[in-house]
Amino acid sequence: MAAPKKGRRQSAPGKPGRSLVFILIALVALTGGMFLSGHTTPRLGIDLAGGTSITLEAKNEPGQKNAINPTNMNTAVDIINNRVNGLGVSEAEVQTQGDKNIIVNIPKGTNEKQAREQVGTTAQLFFRPVITQAPGAPTPQPSDSASTGADKDKDKGKKDEKDKATDKATSPTSTPTSQGRAVSDALKADPTPPASDKAKDGKKDPTPSADPATAKLQEKFTKLDCTDKRARVAAGQGVKPSEPTVACGKSPDGKSWDKFVLGPAEVNGKDVDKAQATINQNAGGAWVVNMTFTKGGAKKFAKVTSKLSQQQPPQNQFAIVLDGDVVSAPSVNSTLSTNAEISGSFTQDSAKDLANVLSYGALPLTFHEQSVTTVSPALGGEQLKAGLIAGAIGLALVIIYLVVYYRGLSLIAIASLLVSAALTYAIMTLLGPTIKFALNLPAVCGAIVAIGITADSFIVFFERVRDEVREGRTLRPAVERAWPRARRTILVSDFVSFLAAAVLFVVTVGKVQGFAFTLGLTTLLDVVVVFFFTKPLMTLMARKKFFANGHKWSGLDPKRLGAKPPLRRSRSASAAPVDPKEA
Amino acid sequence: MSKLGNLGARLYRGEVGYDFVGKRKIWYAVSILITITAIVGLAVRGLNMGIEFEGGAVFNTPKTSASVAKAEESAEKASGHDAIVQKLGDDKLRIQIAGVDINKSDQIKKSLATDLDVKAEDIDADLVGPSWGEQIANKAWQGLAIFMILVVIYLAIAFEWRMAIAALIALIHDITITVGVYALVGFEVTPGTVIGLLTILGYSLYDTVVVFDSLKEQSKDITKQTGHTYSELANKSINGTLVRSINTTVVALLPVAGLLFIGGGVLGAGMLNDISLSLFVGLAAGAYSSIFIATPLVADFKEREPQMKALKKRVLAKRAAAAAKGESAEAPERGAAEPDDGEDGPEDAAAAVVGPRTQPASRNRGRGRPSGKRR
Repeated sequence: MAAPKKGRRQSAPGKPGRSLVFILIALVALTGGMFLSGHTTPRLGIDLAGGTSITLEAKNEPGQKNAINPTNMNTAVDIINNRVNGLGVSEAEVQTQGDKNIIVNIPKGTNEKQAREQVGTTAQLFFRPVITQAPGAPTPQPSDSASTGADKDKDKGKKDEKDKATDKATSPTSTPTSQGRAVSDALKADPTPPASDKAKDGKKDPTPSADPATAKLQEKFTKLDCTDKRARVAAGQGVKPSEPTVACGKSPDGKSWDKFVLGPAEVNGKDVDKAQATINQNAGGAWVVNMTFTKGGAKKFAKVTSKLSQQQPPQNQFAIVLDGDVVSAPSVNSTLSTNAEISGSFTQDSAKDLANVLSYGALPLTFHEQSVTTVSPALGGEQLKAGLIAGAIGLALVIIYLVVYYRGLSLIAIASLLVSAALTYAIMTLLGPTIKFALNLPAVCGAIVAIGITADSFIVFFERVRDEVREGRTLRPAVERAWPRARRTILVSDFVSFLAAAVLFVVTVGKVQGFAFTLGLTTLLDVVVVFFFTKPLMTLMARKKFFANGHKWSGLDPKRLGAKPPLRRSRSASAAPVDPKEA
Repeated sequence: MSKLGNLGARLYRGEVGYDFVGKRKIWYAVSILITITAIVGLAVRGLNMGIEFEGGAVFNTPKTSASVAKAEESAEKASGHDAIVQKLGDDKLRIQIAGVDINKSDQIKKSLATDLDVKAEDIDADLVGPSWGEQIANKAWQGLAIFMILVVIYLAIAFEWRMAIAALIALIHDITITVGVYALVGFEVTPGTVIGLLTILGYSLYDTVVVFDSLKEQSKDITKQTGHTYSELANKSINGTLVRSINTTVVALLPVAGLLFIGGGVLGAGMLNDISLSLFVGLAAGAYSSIFIATPLVADFKEREPQMKALKKRVLAKRAAAAAKGESAEAPERGAAEPDDGEDGPEDAAAAVVGPRTQPASRNRGRGRPSGKRR
């Protein structure tokens, strides 16, 4: 209110049209993007759409103090994600939150109970001998391999030569294109022992064995289409470790799928003491995974590998099966016990992933359910409706207040609020598919509260303009003089708001975070709208007669505002007789 | 409305004004009283922590003809724990059971569904382990602490450290009041409450910052003039921004009120209600504190500076001298404790604020025109 030094702060009126065009383009682009991406409504959170939300918290196990780290959390998210989405859940999402929480959101209409069970339990990791292997699509010709697997790998299913021949190169270590992740020791040079031939030949039998279970397995294998997600999941479901099974696994190139018939589990995840991704200097600096078994595990593993190493491909492989999926199927060419090295065409990441899976059996961490929220679609819809009604009423009240108080000026405020609302809506909608932003109840609250914050900026600006008019200025200079000072106030206070939102977003978890996000977003948009829309619009409006001449409905009537009267030493008595009807 | 607008003009010119700073002792006393009440309330009654913080289950049933008593009995039988049952609008029930294991919930849900004759899928369940709420609360406190530190640093840079401290005190004051209201009235504290409380942070400061911004501008050349003490300027800042403060607070409260009364009214209870309730209380407290606490505190801090003390002396001396000369027009009766300048010509105020008048003539000429145009 003090008269500032003149001239200094005066900013050029600028080109208001340009800013308006800019924001219009932004708005059109965002809306266009919205329709192009096919998402015209924001993604709704579980509390508004209905569904189940499970919060898991990682717990430190004794002896593994630093297990809770981003790498392990991400591995856990991947595993849980595969598991939940494996249930045929559409769009279930798994995210880390904070540094030790994982949120699993399961939309309604899925088997929530099963999902909950799956999410919480530790994944199953087994080492199973490979009996047959084929590319993932259903085999057109009847595959004749079969195995009861009842007696481990003594029964050799005949391998399907057609598929196998290409599949399995003789030297396991040197064939990254095939199943080439080979378990090797120092004995990589040793080629597949011919000894296995006799076993294979001996059992070579084109007709499936009489065992009905085997026949069933065979049929399952033939039909199995690993390119189909549901089929992949179904294959691994309900299989006991002691029974043979069919399973799918990504082929080493990571692009296609292979399918397997696997024998009963020989070694399980608990037998692995630890696994580490390392670089093997001997093998030319390639990434390998080193495993160390527990005492019992080493014995079992030695037994398996001694048998496997006698086999011909593909039966010299053992599959590392996680939750029914073959993670890797290295071949074995020597007997191994305590330590084993899995080599192959690993990248640093894939080696680390495998090591993670191996060392933790499954989930790299132990998780405890912290909260489970189930919302029926009915209640969710109701909450959304209530939120929207509340928002609409809040907005209406604000508009009424602005109209009554600011009259003509309120048009600018309302237009700005609408632009702000449109931008917020479009951005929220677009953030759904891009960063998985979901509008939940706290976010709705944040948006409603933001109406007030946005309106605050206009009030600060308008009051400044009115102060300038009170100083006796005409509207155009008043706007230009008011802006730099209002701008500073708006920036400072918005910065404080944003700071609060940002800190909350980074530090907090759960519902608080969604709220903080919305608040931060709308605060930023507030600045954008005030700078690129409200101010330019005000500049343009100041040129209009209606406002410039201080029409009594413009909200800027100098008389009503009690602009300074002509005489210097006027007393309040002469200033005050202003028409008291000013809004 | 019309009075308010006119008042705005008069406030702006300092024709009317309330002596917020001069009477600060009263406000401090009021605030201290409120704070003590809040602390006592907190100590004696404690906070009514919701299930989310204690661990347990909340079930919301769809419409049911079952009575509250029946639901309570059923819930207690199924869970073996005490249950609190509330009726929501529309014959819905909200059943809270503390201390329930998450894994037990399915079973409770099922037995509730049978007893109350509703479908199990239609019952909404909110199950919370005992440590989850603690984690949310801890994180919230952590966020609060970090925010306070950052904001003090920011305000100290953008304004000055005295203002930063004053703003911080006002902020703590707001939070205390809000928490106190919760303790005394016994509203339930839920994560929604925490969200609301945390939002107040930004909002309370928003208000304070607007006043400080004006104060900073006014006091820029304060030492170059002898018309006003710092306290007086602070008071003028408050009065000058009073309309803004009222407007921004009203506008902020309106949507929140909508949320509280309509959102809450439709649903009975829930997160919308929780957030808006704490926002409502906090916003009101925030508006109060920025006017009655933050700015007077800044004035207090400032007047301890030797520079400001000297200024005050000069101002008082000048006034005394003027009074002696009988020039009441030039130096109106405005002691430090009585800065109400209702009688004063507005021109003096403006001139005094900027110190040496830079362009008095042109300004007056401009104003002299009836059209209001300067050229």
